[in-house]
Amino acid sequence: MCLSIPSKVVKIDKEKCTAVVDTMGVQREVGIDFIENEVKIGDYVLIHIGFAMNIIDEKEALESIETYKEILELMDKEERERAILEGDNCDGNG
Amino acid sequence: MALELKNLYDDFRDAKTIKALAKLIEEEATKLDRDINIMEVCGGHTHTIMKYGLKQLMPNNIHFIHGPGCPVCVMPKERIDHAFVLAMQEDVILCTLGDMIKVPGSRGSLQDARANGADVRFVYSPLDVLKVAIENPDKKVIFFAIGFETTTPMTAALLEHTIKKELDNIYFHINHVTVPEVMQELIDSRDEHVDSYNNQIDAFIGPSHVSVISGAKIYSKFANQYKRPVAVSGFEPVDVMEGVLMIVRQFVQNRCELEIQYKRSVTMDGNLNAQKLIDRYFEKRGLFKWRGLGNVPNSALKLKDEYSKYDTEVIYSDILPKEEIEDHKLCICGDILRGMATPNECQVFGTACKPSSPLGSCMVSSEGACSAYYKYGSLL
Ligand code: SF4
Repeated sequence: MCLSIPSKVVKIDKEKCTAVVDTMGVQREVGIDFIENEVKIGDYVLIHIGFAMNIIDEKEALESIETYKEILELMDKEERERAILEGDNCDGNG
Repeated sequence: MALELKNLYDDFRDAKTIKALAKLIEEEATKLDRDINIMEVCGGHTHTIMKYGLKQLMPNNIHFIHGPGCPVCVMPKERIDHAFVLAMQEDVILCTLGDMIKVPGSRGSLQDARANGADVRFVYSPLDVLKVAIENPDKKVIFFAIGFETTTPMTAALLEHTIKKELDNIYFHINHVTVPEVMQELIDSRDEHVDSYNNQIDAFIGPSHVSVISGAKIYSKFANQYKRPVAVSGFEPVDVMEGVLMIVRQFVQNRCELEIQYKRSVTMDGNLNAQKLIDRYFEKRGLFKWRGLGNVPNSALKLKDEYSKYDTEVIYSDILPKEEIEDHKLCICGDILRGMATPNECQVFGTACKPSSPLGSCMVSSEGACSAYYKYGSLL
């Protein structure tokens, strides 16, 4: 069960093979090993246990962010950050 | 937290669609001349089915069989004992993902190891291991890696980062398992002992996250060779319902195909970079013991020989226990993982075995069938 909130790429470090992504205001560093050659700043990606897995269509990304926004607004700051960070951590499931 | 959030999300979006799909499934199912057993391979699907009461929405000739797709549940005690022994070494920090920390081995769980002074850490991402290693240069940092194809490339990436950064204090204990081989084992073992199984597997709901990496192509032989339709489906209740509908239609129309329900992120070929990374560092193990299923050929990965200096199974081979361990006598996790029993058939389900005091791994993992039945049991 992954939340999979689309995250926007704000910085890319090719050398380290990582990027900084913004998930609804929460920023963090993720691995881009699997999409290194395709990914650009401004792309929306889905994150799975700390790695960007695939680039998704911007329109679709914005739509699902809208839905998540409504939900996240119901939470306080701490809850929100945790939900976002835990959201892409699905215990290595299938 | 993530789950509660999900709950809200689904509630206000999906109820109508689910009902509509249930109606379509029912209509199609009246055209069937026999019952169909659909195995949902992945624990994530089992949870969706239980949580949203999808089982109750099925017509009475469509049945779900829960499959073995929970990486924590299928880890045999032997492997957990390895983790325990490694964690108890003086100079070791053991890192792992998810619910692994709570699963009891024969010497206790990693949580127990921690209570005995071991430095066991839960990480959100394999990349966090890099940080732990850099901050603790005088310690050996061991990543106890579990999971299906979904997490294997991340472990490979961690090794690649380790090599590039020339870090010499990161090591691995690899427990990555693969989905198609275990699906094949389930079919073969049923075909061999037809009498002891009252439920054949007629079709599969394939896990979508695995397919994002490996591509849906890994399931094609189940449709082509084994004549079991497959629908690779997402984890939302709507996705699962649509997957079921696709399967039922195949039976009605006398087709047997591999279909992708979750087209948004799944392709036939998957993520080729991730596959390349896996091939660079990993190779097949001849045999791997699965909890409840026994040894399954070619169903797991290990580090290639040229990377054995990172492999704790090589480095610590002297101290890692080798004896075989039986599961708890009353625990029927094995039958559950084979799709032969459901959790409520276990004598101690909900009494001696609960999430707070689990006897078996299917109750520990949030992906496990027993924990799903316990959590959403009121729907039964
Ligand atoms: S309820 Fe507990 S003891 Fe029974 S099968 Fe499930 S995990 Fe095993």
